[in-house]
Amino acid sequence: MISSHDSLRLFLAAADNDDKVRVDGEPRAALEADVVRCCLSRKKEQCSFVDHRDVRLVYRQYAALYIVVGVTDTENELSIYELIHNFVEVLDKYFSRVSELDIMFNLERVHVILDEMIQNGHVVETNKSRVLAPLHALTKMADAS
Amino acid sequence: MPAVSKGDGMRGLAVFISDIRNCKSKEAEIKRINKELANIRSKFKGDKALDGYSKKKYVCKLLFIFLLGHDIDFGHMEAVNLLSSNKYTEKQIGYLFISVLVNSNSELIRLINNAIKNDLSSRNPTFMCLALHCIANVGSREMAEAFASEIPRILVAGDTMDSVKQSAALCLLRLYKTSPDLVLMGEWTSRVVHLLNDQHMGVVTAAISLITCLSQKNPDEFKTCVSLAVSRLSRIVSSASTDLQDYTYYFVPAPWLSCKLLRLLQCYPPPEDGAVKGRLVECLETILNKAQEPPKSKKVQHSNAKNAILFEAISLIIHYDSEPNLLVRACNQLGQFLQHRETNLRYLALESMCTLASSEFSHEAVKTHIETVINALKTERDVSVRQRAADLLYAMCDRSNAKQIVAEMLSYLETADYSIREEMVLKVAILAEKYAVDYSWYVDTILNLIRIAGDYVSEEVWYRVIQIVINRDDVQGYAAKTVFEALQAPACHENMVKVGGYILGEFGNLIAGDPRSSPLVQFNLLHSKFHLCSVPTRALLLSAYIKFINLFPETKATIQEVLRCDSQIRNSDVELQQRAVEYLKLSSIASTDVLATVLEEMPPFPERESSILAKLKKKKGPGAISVTELEDSKREGGELNGGSDRGPDTAAMSASNASTPSPSADLLGIRSAAPINAAPAGAGSLLVDVFSEAGPAAPSTAVNDDGFLRFVCKNNGVLFENQLLQIGIKSEYRQNLGRMYLFYGNKTSVQFASFTTNVSCPGELQLNLNVQTKQVEPLVEGGAQIQQVLNIECLTDFSDAPLLNIKFRYGGALQNLTLKLPVTINKFFQPTEMASHDFFQRWKQLSQPQQEAQKIFKANHSMDTEVLKAKLLGLGTALLDNVDPNPENFVCAGVIQTKSQQVGCLLRLEPNAQAQMYRLTLRCSKDSVSQRLCELLAQQF
Repeated sequence: MISSHDSLRLFLAAADNDDKVRVDGEPRAALEADVVRCCLSRKKEQCSFVDHRDVRLVYRQYAALYIVVGVTDTENELSIYELIHNFVEVLDKYFSRVSELDIMFNLERVHVILDEMIQNGHVVETNKSRVLAPLHALTKMADAS
Repeated sequence: MPAVSKGDGMRGLAVFISDIRNCKSKEAEIKRINKELANIRSKFKGDKALDGYSKKKYVCKLLFIFLLGHDIDFGHMEAVNLLSSNKYTEKQIGYLFISVLVNSNSELIRLINNAIKNDLSSRNPTFMCLALHCIANVGSREMAEAFASEIPRILVAGDTMDSVKQSAALCLLRLYKTSPDLVLMGEWTSRVVHLLNDQHMGVVTAAISLITCLSQKNPDEFKTCVSLAVSRLSRIVSSASTDLQDYTYYFVPAPWLSCKLLRLLQCYPPPEDGAVKGRLVECLETILNKAQEPPKSKKVQHSNAKNAILFEAISLIIHYDSEPNLLVRACNQLGQFLQHRETNLRYLALESMCTLASSEFSHEAVKTHIETVINALKTERDVSVRQRAADLLYAMCDRSNAKQIVAEMLSYLETADYSIREEMVLKVAILAEKYAVDYSWYVDTILNLIRIAGDYVSEEVWYRVIQIVINRDDVQGYAAKTVFEALQAPACHENMVKVGGYILGEFGNLIAGDPRSSPLVQFNLLHSKFHLCSVPTRALLLSAYIKFINLFPETKATIQEVLRCDSQIRNSDVELQQRAVEYLKLSSIASTDVLATVLEEMPPFPERESSILAKLKKKKGPGAISVTELEDSKREGGELNGGSDRGPDTAAMSASNASTPSPSADLLGIRSAAPINAAPAGAGSLLVDVFSEAGPAAPSTAVNDDGFLRFVCKNNGVLFENQLLQIGIKSEYRQNLGRMYLFYGNKTSVQFASFTTNVSCPGELQLNLNVQTKQVEPLVEGGAQIQQVLNIECLTDFSDAPLLNIKFRYGGALQNLTLKLPVTINKFFQPTEMASHDFFQRWKQLSQPQQEAQKIFKANHSMDTEVLKAKLLGLGTALLDNVDPNPENFVCAGVIQTKSQQVGCLLRLEPNAQAQMYRLTLRCSKDSVSQRLCELLAQQF
């Protein structure tokens, strides 16, 4: 997840859970910066898929927030594109109208959500209520105590 | 403040994050982070034991700092401690930290493994899921060793919760990918396939990724998944949008699962069972039909999800490539997308149409969209879309539309994005050659290419045009005329000068009748460019000049004048100076007959695959040979070439070498072709007695073949050494040709007299191998080294080796020695890169028993992986990664090039480190080759 907010101050989060983005041996920061530059430089009318070295990046922009997923050529681009949206909708449901701040201040929860949806690069669950089940259980536990 | 209040918020963390956000500059941010790191460090080191909550808070802060892009080198121990907490939130943070920050070979793994083991046996589904997630994310070898047998059990156990099953499936997938040898197939495998039938869609979604991967590696064992996948797909496709409730996304039932099912089916050929196939075709038709229905929602999410399935279905149709009706429908559908207002759809449609173009059933249908695609090339605002359009034009090109497409691509080149120009140039050059009916069109196209995008025209492209012009006499006159005209432009690209120099040097006479292009005019035109050119081009021009003297005696005086001037004959560049000196001398002392022989027209080039095509392939995929390797071998060849036999009689050769001025350039094999083809042409009068005519002599001593086997996997080294003599070898091979340099070193201080060498091909080998060499000097001074060059041509595959017999007198005693020359069939390998799928397909095609040769043998040398790799690469084949499911095994592929035929070879080497044994299997399209390679290789490892 990249935010172009605050004069391009970058903020990377859960996206590295997708092992396809992780490139072994390459300095993480350099890779991230590269990917970010690549996506931010693209204009609205350009398509949402871009080949970057040996991965294809699929990205989607929500106001100042970019969500980028690196995929190999065995993946269906449109389905990933919609998966991103599904993820955002889940966040929206959980945080009730999600904002960038929610994501920033609740990183660990965002991670839980992402883990429920994607596990080392593969879709686990797409059903919103089932994705949120563990977090809701958690809230209940906390309320009870 | 955002809704942090859910669950137990961590105030300290929130404050810290706010601080960071309020930092005005990068420096302030770093300062704040360093302060926090120091604080956390002191807390962790402090005497006071921290409670779970504080640990969690600090670990969480570290995580946040890491995600901001800073490196974290402590806190791992505290994270591991959190794993054993009973509180979900603490455990979760611990696992999160470990998943993100622990690399797979950390020494903490043992502790982590312990915690995981406890959680897996806890029967608490949330804890189990956390543990499984962690294994899936870290996926280290140690984890695989600890859990590879446990996870399949969890996956198929009847009482496992659905959510745990989902995690277990993907966890197993990760372990199978990282350590396939530890995940043993067993009773669970058949039950995994049946997860496709699971009631719960989430379980199916997770399991299908695992099944797809397993099917790719073991297609036969998982064949049953095809019919299950088809019936599942059919149920989803035909369901009403409300049937699947929570798995419906914007009125599209289970889009992700559908895509995955369609992808799984692409691992297999079309179903054999008629009923299954019928059902599948029905599904595909329904998907195509739905694309035509009015959308159920105006939201873009709806159409995207629908189209995701549609594109996947089209991929499957293309994969089957057997249903003309569906292929044409797919093509029409994509045609509609080509004009869609969504850029994403246009991009994907262009890409997917590219693969459709190669199917015989849909090629014509694709061609009907040519105008749209050309329009896309001209008007798309996104360069990546334009590139797809160019790819598609290339794919849909055939004889009927080549002229139009090439013209469009050429005009696009003028404005094309710099990043894609080189590839475009290669493509235009390939299409122009492939579909040229009339070669004057081809010449025009390439010259245009040089004019428009000269900087992007690589050596291969202009070598190729020269090759073709030389091989086709119907176009030579036209080429000379056109290039002459092109050179008249006030500024023309250096590549144009190169082509001009070469072509006019060879065929200038064809246009010399016209006073406007009389010899002197031609020469002056070329020479007017001379001073603006780089050294290699100038070298080429000098060769063109000497050819002019031969073609047009009337230009002799002018050209000699030019050669004689100080800027040539005293040029600081050695190559230029040498050429000027030699050519000047040659033109003044040689008779016209000799000159005519030396400078005879270039003989036709042997037909071969266009090196441009090879270059394009290389650009696209990983190269078969690394560039540096190629350059190295070139350089060696270059030096050796120039060493001993340089003189006026090599003019014919250096004329051709002129186009490979620097040793790093590849000249379409002109270098390797010229000596063999050109030399015999000139041999008649000039090179009398250079080629040894000696017939095979019976070896008088026993053949020494000690050195022979050491050279199977390498090309250079010492073949033989005793107290008197050392024989070194350097050799290089290309296609079916090879050149071997033998170095005979006299180790004594006394002269060797009557030194003669004789290379013979005993028995049948004469018919298989053609070896030519010059005789060496009969005297070898003490401490001196002499060199002999062998030119080798492989006519057909062979098993024996040529013999080298050496005789000389050392202090009166006659020495006689016979060695086996290490010319083995594998030297003529061309490596072939191929994907796993292709490899196994070919492997299966070569299934006749006599095509296979196999040996099981004990290891004689180190079994170190790197050593083995180096040997296999030395063998000349391509070493293929990610093909064999067992990473310990090696598979290689290559094609043996002989004059009469090509022999495809596949190799598999399975080391068994415990037993210190190997199993070697070879499958070749020719039986004798399998046998021979197997014999040779069995002694190498």
